[in-house]
Amino acid sequence: MTCDALIIGAGHNGLVTACYLARAGMKVTVAEKNDWIGGAAVSRELYPGFTYSNCSYVCSLFRPEIMRDLELPRYGLQILPYEGGVVFMENGDYLGMFRDHDANRREFARHSPRDAEAYDRYSRDIMRHCRFIRPLLMRTPPDPSSFKPRDLSELAYLGRKAMELSEVQISDMIRFWTMSISDFLDGYFESPVIKAYLAVSAIIGTALGPMSPGSAYVLLHHYMGDVDGNVGAWGFARGGMGAITQALKASLEASGGTIKAGHGVEKVLVRNGRAVGVELDNGETLHATRVISNMDVRRTFLKHVAADELPSDFVRQVKRFKTRGSSGKLNIALDAAPKFTALPEGAPNLRGDLHFTDTVERMERAYDDWKSGHFTRDPFQDVMIPTMIDPTMTPPGKHFMSCFVQYAPPRIEGRDWTDADRDAFGQACVNQINRFAPGFKDLILHMEVRTPRELEAEVGLTEGNIFQGELTFDQLLFNRPVPGYAQYRSPIKALWMCGSSTHPGGGVMGAPGRNAAAEILRDARMGIDMSDAYAVL
Amino acid sequence: MIARLHFNKHLLETPFYPRTAPLNKHSEWGAWSGHLSATGFGDTEMEYTAIRNGASVYDLCPMVKYRITGPDAVAYLDRLTVRNVAKLTPGGVHYTVWCDDAGKVLDDGTLFRHGPQDFLLCCQERHLPWLTDATLGFEVAVEEITETIAALSLQGPCTASVLSAAGWDVSSLRPFRMTKVPFDGTTLTISRTGFTGDLGYELWIGPAHALALWDHLFTAGAPWGIRPIGSDALNMARIEAGFLIAGMDFIPAEQALREDRVRSPFELGLDWLIDWNKDHFNGRRALIRERESRASQWSLVGLDIAGNVSAEGSLIYHAKQKEVGYITAALWSPTTKRNLAIAHLKRPYAAAKSDNLWVEIYALRELQYVKLMVPARITPRPFFTPARRRATPPGRF
Repeated sequence: MTCDALIIGAGHNGLVTACYLARAGMKVTVAEKNDWIGGAAVSRELYPGFTYSNCSYVCSLFRPEIMRDLELPRYGLQILPYEGGVVFMENGDYLGMFRDHDANRREFARHSPRDAEAYDRYSRDIMRHCRFIRPLLMRTPPDPSSFKPRDLSELAYLGRKAMELSEVQISDMIRFWTMSISDFLDGYFESPVIKAYLAVSAIIGTALGPMSPGSAYVLLHHYMGDVDGNVGAWGFARGGMGAITQALKASLEASGGTIKAGHGVEKVLVRNGRAVGVELDNGETLHATRVISNMDVRRTFLKHVAADELPSDFVRQVKRFKTRGSSGKLNIALDAAPKFTALPEGAPNLRGDLHFTDTVERMERAYDDWKSGHFTRDPFQDVMIPTMIDPTMTPPGKHFMSCFVQYAPPRIEGRDWTDADRDAFGQACVNQINRFAPGFKDLILHMEVRTPRELEAEVGLTEGNIFQGELTFDQLLFNRPVPGYAQYRSPIKALWMCGSSTHPGGGVMGAPGRNAAAEILRDARMGIDMSDAYAVL
Repeated sequence: MIARLHFNKHLLETPFYPRTAPLNKHSEWGAWSGHLSATGFGDTEMEYTAIRNGASVYDLCPMVKYRITGPDAVAYLDRLTVRNVAKLTPGGVHYTVWCDDAGKVLDDGTLFRHGPQDFLLCCQERHLPWLTDATLGFEVAVEEITETIAALSLQGPCTASVLSAAGWDVSSLRPFRMTKVPFDGTTLTISRTGFTGDLGYELWIGPAHALALWDHLFTAGAPWGIRPIGSDALNMARIEAGFLIAGMDFIPAEQALREDRVRSPFELGLDWLIDWNKDHFNGRRALIRERESRASQWSLVGLDIAGNVSAEGSLIYHAKQKEVGYITAALWSPTTKRNLAIAHLKRPYAAAKSDNLWVEIYALRELQYVKLMVPARITPRPFFTPARRRATPPGRF
């Protein structure tokens, strides 16, 4: 039996593509190697009664246009905004973030009266960059070397957008795209801890330090989302990040699509230069009119497609596509809420992101460790306790804590990670938290530690890179994943890409999956209603 | 020093809160620069009437205040703002604006000269980075002191009488001048300033003396029906006076997301403030270019609109067809019996082509909006400018 579309990998992008294609009338099958679905947007019960968002852990970038098109709220998706955030400082003080504008200003003023009044202009400037970039998320990038009318008109669209900007804004924008977040923040702020808080978004998931050129853009990538129009805000998916993929699954099944979980794709079957199906690791063959890979571009083409079917130049570029992993993850079941000594009773900040790195310099030192092939002993952690807001994930009074950790290299001094390395890495992170919340260690009921090794083995992310390829400017827009193949097509006919390796990149956004579906449907001359990108403010 | 527990209260109470809270019969509060600010005390119409008939009191404490001191204070402020600060003598006040390098307005405000080297800048928005960055090369200190001064605005035709009854003779105090009087063991500053276009004064004192001032004023003012007013009533009066509010009538240049939202002093009708003869000030070169190449895109005008339905937020059309502007503030004016608005009009629709302007109004009639297209004509601001505003000595009522 031949289906119209076979999608490799039931991550959020694969499922988004599947949903759109099924709604357009295609017969769709999704093949998933794990027994569960979700890829990096997953909820798992790793300790009885506790739901873990054990990979991605917060939601902002997932496009509301997609939620609406695919009726995800009807299938159970609910996004909860979160509150606050805090950086614990070495001197015993802290910097809190508050949703209330005035509370936030006063908190900044505790650290620097000047910075308190600089934050609005900073936010305005970031928003200006968002307004330029965000509409591009939901469009197929043009091929700048093509003379096809579509590419020319898309290039003209980019040109027009750029022409609307003043000279001042164009130079601001070029600087912003290329500079380091540290330099960028120095242009607004003087307080080290304020800069440390704001630099975070620029290094998450990225093999760059806050002083590396190009890191400012990564910050923008994390600011481009919104929670119900509140641009730059982040939230939780109720029930964990798996709620997103579970809603996609239900939406897909309601349109007649099917998911086959439990067996991975061994290879993409190619006949006469055209993909015709896949062979699973149990020997089963699935035939399809087209195959769409949600795996990252390196995994897809270097592991699951015969090299002799591919142009060597393409293979060379895929090999060079940077997927350097930089992060690890601790997922912890807690018997009770941790008590952070610095934070006053009643502070809302625990209902947001918790950090323990109070200067940009310390982050950069942690990156230095990564460069020399070590995980860092003074890690930068982005810690969340979603159960402070989401009542569905643990028994009442108990908590699930997610610790995203930088920096962890894909390999330790060139060799693979060992279990002992992993445990030492986990211990360094726990020790850091325990310093600010004495007794924290005793609250731990269960802990899962994931290094790039585990992320690659289980989720399938090459080198553990959470974005399926770094978000550096050389790997964006029409250069993502490789020049000439930024329109979700591959050198093999009927073999498509829909994962975060493609434009506009990772972060549980769904946009790559949606854009890939748009291209596939255009190619198949099938129409479907898709929402255009909503305006930014 | 800000307390760590500040977050338990997002909006601070002003020093007058113990008096204003019990009087606020509907508990109508809004946020103003991080403070609780009364939008009304239960009867906006009577509050407005107090402004135009007797004596009204508005709590000004949340207004952002910067103290600027030092030997170069005059030179610094001359460089910062468009007006000539050297001409502002100690004891004087003037309204002014300041611009970014592109000559776009950052904010407007009032500048009080307390001494040769001592100024207070009062404004709507917060500018500490801009103000401190601009000190480069000047021997001057800038400090945000919003919460260290309690201020009341006493406005209305009987306010000189009220002050006289309170024991302070202000009969010789001219508009935009200040006087200092002893009160409650401290110094009370009285300036003849305000935001209503009427006779009025602003009173400035240390927060510890705020309640004593309030009580004294309300006792003295009782014969004139002195009453507290909220920002809704004040807004009516300020529109009649034709005054602008940053963030409501124009977007401060540092806040504009869209580059076409910023406005130059020419485009806000504030170019009369600019002293072209003084030394360089911020935005000067851009403003000269704008003037010489007639590059201004917009005009800010007063409109007199047919009918009596207030045109808040309305779009303006030329010949009922072409969209040429928008309204930022509007009201049916009780005092002038006119339907007034403050509007931004694309040039040349404010001058050469101003003859055929129409305003699209959505009138709410029993839960249902009805679309009206009514004619409007440009009319000079201030819409209301009574002689009592400037009369010195002021009349008894």
